[in-house]
Amino acid sequence: MPSLNLLIQSAVSGVLLGGLYGLIGLGLGLSWGFLGQINLSHFAFVFLSAYLSFELVTKLGIDPLICLVIFPPIFFIIGVALHWLIRRFQITPFNSLLLTFGLTVIVEAFIQWIWTADFVKLQTSYGDKKAEVFGIYLPFAETMGFLIAILVAVMVHVVMKYTDLGKAVRAIAQDPKMATAFGIPQKRISLGIAGVCTALAGLAGVCLAMIYTLNPSQMYTWIGVVFAVVMLGGLGSSFGPLIAGIVIGVSEAITMVFINPSWAPIVSFSLLIALLLFRPGKL
Amino acid sequence: MKQSSYGLVVLAGALFAMLPWLNMPAFWQSFLYIVFYWGVLAVSWNLFSGVSGYFSFGHGAFFGIGMYTVAYFCGHLEMPFLPILILAGFLAGLFGLGIGALVFRVHNVRGELFALLTLAVTFVIATVVLNTPIDGGPGVYLNSVVIPKFGPNIAATFYLMMLALLIVTMLAAIWIYSSKLGLGLSAIHDDEDAAEVMGVPTYRSKLVGLFISTYLAGMAGAIQALFVSYVTAPETFSITVPLFVVLMSVLGGTRHWAGPLLGAIVITGIQYFFTVGDSALMGKMILGLILIAVILFIPNGLLGNFARLRAKKNSQKIVETLKNIYIHSPNKEVQKPTSHVLLQTHGLSKSFSGVKALQNLDLEIYQGEILGLLGPNGSGKSTFINLISGHFAATSGQKIFQAKDITRLSAHEIAAQGITRTYQTPRPFNELTVLDNIRLVASYAGNTSLDEASELAYAALMQVGLENKADALPSDLNLHQRKFLEFARALAAKPKLLMLDEVLSGLTPSEIQSSVELIQKIRSQGTTILFVEHVMSAVMALADRIAVLNHGQLIAKGLPTEVMRNPEVMAAYLGKKVE
Repeated sequence: MPSLNLLIQSAVSGVLLGGLYGLIGLGLGLSWGFLGQINLSHFAFVFLSAYLSFELVTKLGIDPLICLVIFPPIFFIIGVALHWLIRRFQITPFNSLLLTFGLTVIVEAFIQWIWTADFVKLQTSYGDKKAEVFGIYLPFAETMGFLIAILVAVMVHVVMKYTDLGKAVRAIAQDPKMATAFGIPQKRISLGIAGVCTALAGLAGVCLAMIYTLNPSQMYTWIGVVFAVVMLGGLGSSFGPLIAGIVIGVSEAITMVFINPSWAPIVSFSLLIALLLFRPGKL
Repeated sequence: MKQSSYGLVVLAGALFAMLPWLNMPAFWQSFLYIVFYWGVLAVSWNLFSGVSGYFSFGHGAFFGIGMYTVAYFCGHLEMPFLPILILAGFLAGLFGLGIGALVFRVHNVRGELFALLTLAVTFVIATVVLNTPIDGGPGVYLNSVVIPKFGPNIAATFYLMMLALLIVTMLAAIWIYSSKLGLGLSAIHDDEDAAEVMGVPTYRSKLVGLFISTYLAGMAGAIQALFVSYVTAPETFSITVPLFVVLMSVLGGTRHWAGPLLGAIVITGIQYFFTVGDSALMGKMILGLILIAVILFIPNGLLGNFARLRAKKNSQKIVETLKNIYIHSPNKEVQKPTSHVLLQTHGLSKSFSGVKALQNLDLEIYQGEILGLLGPNGSGKSTFINLISGHFAATSGQKIFQAKDITRLSAHEIAAQGITRTYQTPRPFNELTVLDNIRLVASYAGNTSLDEASELAYAALMQVGLENKADALPSDLNLHQRKFLEFARALAAKPKLLMLDEVLSGLTPSEIQSSVELIQKIRSQGTTILFVEHVMSAVMALADRIAVLNHGQLIAKGLPTEVMRNPEVMAAYLGKKVE
């Protein structure tokens, strides 16, 4: 039986990690819910951002926190450009899955080409920083990622719920043609949503780089967890993914303590399977 | 056509099988092995996923089960390879059945959800394998397994085994594509709910398809395990297998059995070319680019248009053959309504989360009559048809058809009893030709072989006057023709009870006239008709009796003239009198 302290510590790590799950899941869920696109390349962009952070910090000595500021606009533009391209072709959600799968493979090969398939780790002065509260450690990078996730979720929620833009976005999600007929600039807003989603991927990537050792093929291991998060949280929901992320993060952490770290992946996948089977209508 | 395809495959297989004895260069032998290997995986994936539209991302899981069956039984337990090869396929197939039995029960798990679910299953199996004695982490060596000897050398043995499996897989694929099962799966691809109502046992069809597909994948895994002789979980359950089989099938075209094979040849060629040139990464990027380009520019794949053309040709050929032997059956005496009850409902009710769409309906339909079912929009007419056809399960009540309780039967079983319907908005299977649309219904709902179904289909086409459109796709038809296609589908099933859901809406007066004549003709052949309609002139002209629904309740039934004078009916249609 693990000690209480260890249990609490791992639960806290699970919560913090869940924040990152939620952050990645938020972008994926928004584009699925509002654009009808299952964007697998979201994972590729997260990793691209992570590797770019690694490059900037290691080679140019830039503070990783600066990456947090400069990456979102860059990735916003990438997202807009990509969506502009996809929009020209009428493709079904399923084909968007295949198409972005192709894109993911390309980005993975690109990353491998530039940074090799070896593991790399972003070394910064923040790496060892941690706060201690009642004997529980809060590592800087994880905590920062968690706080960013909360901040972003709140912002998305406010925009969606209380602004005209949010109403327009929800209208487009329900019936794009009707929304256009009522004067909503559907094209511009769709491009905007795609941009925001990719910008969130850019943001998440920086956090990922500060927390994890990176390897290009790892992007696939995130797919299952994050899809579970998106489905559990609800497509297009702002707080859903965050809460779902925390649930999954904590269950994984507890599994690691009680059973064995190598069984952890089964938690999210089993949840995903159970979810698809028992409440598919709620997606 | 089918026979010649079988013959061609066997002949080509025999030729390739001779090569090892003709001093084939080692390079070609190993390259062809890889082509065969991917060919088996892609073709086996496609014969279920491509045909039915249930894209599985879990083909790697079934393939992996095959690999680990060999790893466990031959590696750990040192059993001989060949029996285990069969077992590997069987276990993979069984696992496929298990997953299918669970997943296909859930109606909403279609398309992308099915894809994600099967992907998740792959990772679960990988985790289990990795953490149990099946593997345990370090991987399993198969060096000590005795390799059966078929060819002049060991490499030739693998070449021949995979070739044999490829031939079996291709034969299975051709069979599926030309069989009733394949036709049913294609219908599921286009419109699963309509397919079930038209008599396709969707659940069973999907299970059979998935079983065959996964069985073959398991066998491919078993041979490959011995070939690589070292099996590890991360390698086996990686994203490569699902990615490649989907890529190959989409590239080659899922609508033709040979599409995935063509895709496998092209992709393996590209892979090989770039690996030899020491630029595997470049190869990977190009694969990604190909996938994107194919989705954007040729979403039907290389053989997509060819497959469509062939389906059209096939339909033409059937029509040409039947033209000469078809004899117009003389119209029988006009049937009169009898007092014999064909269908009877007792207290039939349906609620949708509290909303009572239909309440306590007692209605009988007499053999040989045309019963008009009327009522304002939202009064429960369509719900009634959906209940009788079994598309919805009734909340309570009973349905008796020909003295048999059909309340608990599923939609395809009810179709097989002789109850057919048409849809208000025609729901043809868009990727099937007009003839195949009808053939499908004739063979499933009419419970006949495909050949007999062709004759029935042709007769139905003649009856509605669409015989010149037999090889067209539904998208080439106008609304009137598509409504007649709905008629033809229903007719070909030789139904005892035909339910027409607003067949006249949206038609011009002359089209209405020809439809009314057609309906009379159908009845004259002994089919009882339930007829939901808003076009009053047609109702008065056709119906022997009328039943009127309002707010889900039966408010009147009887002769047309009587019912129309009923004050409650007038109120339902025109509103209540101001006191």
